[in-house]
Amino acid sequence: MIADAPPPLDPAALRDDFPILHARTPSGAPLVYLDNAATTQHPRQVIHAMVEVYERHYANVHRGIHWLSDQSTDLFEEARRKVCRFIHARDPEEIVFTRGTTESINLVARSWGDAFLAPGDEVLLTEAEHHSNIVPWQQLAARRGIVLRFLPLRDDGLLHLDALPSLLSQRTRLVALAATTNVLGTTQPLRTIIPAARAVGARVLIDAAQSVPHTVTDVQALDADFLAFSGHKMLGPSGVGVLYGKREILEEMPPFMGGGSMIRRVRLEAFEPADVPARFEAGTPPIVPAIGLGAAIDYLERVGLDAIAQHERLLLQRAHAVLGAIPGVRVLGPAPEHKGGIVSFVVERMHAHDVAHLLDRRGIAVRAGHHCAMPLHKRLGITASTRASFYLYNTLEEVEQLGRAVEEAQRLLRRK
Amino acid sequence: MAPDQDDIYQEHILDHFESPFHRGHCPQATHAYEDDNPLCGDFVHIDLAIDDQGRIREAWFDGDGCCISLASASMLMQRINGSTVAEAQNLTAEEMLALLGVRLTPNRQKCCLLPWRVMKMALFSPVTSSAAAPPPTNGSEHAGPAEHA
Ligand SMILES: Cc1ncc(COP(=O)(O)O)c(C=O)c1O
Repeated sequence: MIADAPPPLDPAALRDDFPILHARTPSGAPLVYLDNAATTQHPRQVIHAMVEVYERHYANVHRGIHWLSDQSTDLFEEARRKVCRFIHARDPEEIVFTRGTTESINLVARSWGDAFLAPGDEVLLTEAEHHSNIVPWQQLAARRGIVLRFLPLRDDGLLHLDALPSLLSQRTRLVALAATTNVLGTTQPLRTIIPAARAVGARVLIDAAQSVPHTVTDVQALDADFLAFSGHKMLGPSGVGVLYGKREILEEMPPFMGGGSMIRRVRLEAFEPADVPARFEAGTPPIVPAIGLGAAIDYLERVGLDAIAQHERLLLQRAHAVLGAIPGVRVLGPAPEHKGGIVSFVVERMHAHDVAHLLDRRGIAVRAGHHCAMPLHKRLGITASTRASFYLYNTLEEVEQLGRAVEEAQRLLRRK
Repeated sequence: MAPDQDDIYQEHILDHFESPFHRGHCPQATHAYEDDNPLCGDFVHIDLAIDDQGRIREAWFDGDGCCISLASASMLMQRINGSTVAEAQNLTAEEMLALLGVRLTPNRQKCCLLPWRVMKMALFSPVTSSAAAPPPTNGSEHAGPAEHA
């Protein structure tokens, strides 16, 4: 570390924007929120943007011919343009609002998968995926007779890229993987994998739930066909997410759900689907959450994604050093240079639930369990782990507190 | 740290966790069952040696899990070791939670109730078909595997 490099950002100043971070936990300890991979907290700016919609602009979108409906439609479509800019898409019509990453991936599996995949076609995933990027493909396999393949992990937690050529073939129709994985935090080598997938003519879906909030995303530079993420992991509200799809691909896909908004015209015997993205937004969308997501994007852009990524890198390096120095603690996965701000670990002779419970008594919120990645834990030969995950408002002092609390927990449960 | 109802890491629980009662396998077992809680990966195996009079001569457990699930397994073995099958069958979830003696959140209640659930199934699970295991004396309420909602 360069001794006098200026810190990328000042988390203490940012924390003033987050009312919940000033909470005291039942034990009296201040809250140390290290569960950001599960969901993130909201700055006042996001909360106020949503309150303002409810108080001044709210009505259904794309429907009423009245003053309020025009206002909320404008705000909703402005949020779509912000998302488009944020991930460097070509066109706001490539942005579909969904309920979250899970729905976005299911939309692709149901609509694109059912329409274009045939028995024997292959979908390539990795062993490190979140359940939401496994189960929809298992369901598709059951419906359509496709074959799932998995890029294996090496013992160091990185992908076994040597196995990629033998897993890709003319039969591979889709490669779907997380850009940053949610347990080990590995940032996957998309610039190797995507061109390899292209070379066999496969489409590519990126589960960006853990990457879009933390680092600059450029869907055009990546050349991803689909990219999915959730508002609630990037300072926005729950209930809204995004599916980005290349326009020409979205245009050939049939609707996913049927209902209002997704049609051009309905007769009693048939319907004509609407253009994209409305075709995939049946029913009343998450209007206010989408506007809140737009406000979250404004906030993230003001702080700067590069500064956020750098700050998280400092926290992560410190966390690896602190936890790695505690006897009996094993940090899972690769070295910090291959990771986003996520550190999962196991404590010898302690169950992850006990670790998390004892940390909670010191005000520290972490996740314990399999983090929706049971196949990954099986691959690692463990049943559960404890995960600390960082965001822009976390401090180096909080990392030290984490280390001290883990040591204290060890002392409590190992009295002899 | 003052022990209070909300502190689940109390002395008596830590004692059972560190020095469990009858942790291991029972070679004379007539009944055995094993199950896990897939949400957290805890698993518990229970061996019971039940005699012709319907008495649990030996109750042993093994497994892997958090402090709460291992301590409750230990307390449960102590409680049913030497009791009758009927007594073990009639032990309710509320009684099991009370036996542990600390207040648990719904999530942690699952940890406490895993050994209890496995014990209920073990009463109905003879080790081999040839073993002359006595049928449980009252089967009015069959404890099926709990939901992992
Ligand atoms: C990598 C990854 N994919 C998908 C998801 C699912 O996101 P959501 O629950 O918002 O649909 C998560 C969130 O836990 C995740 O971390």
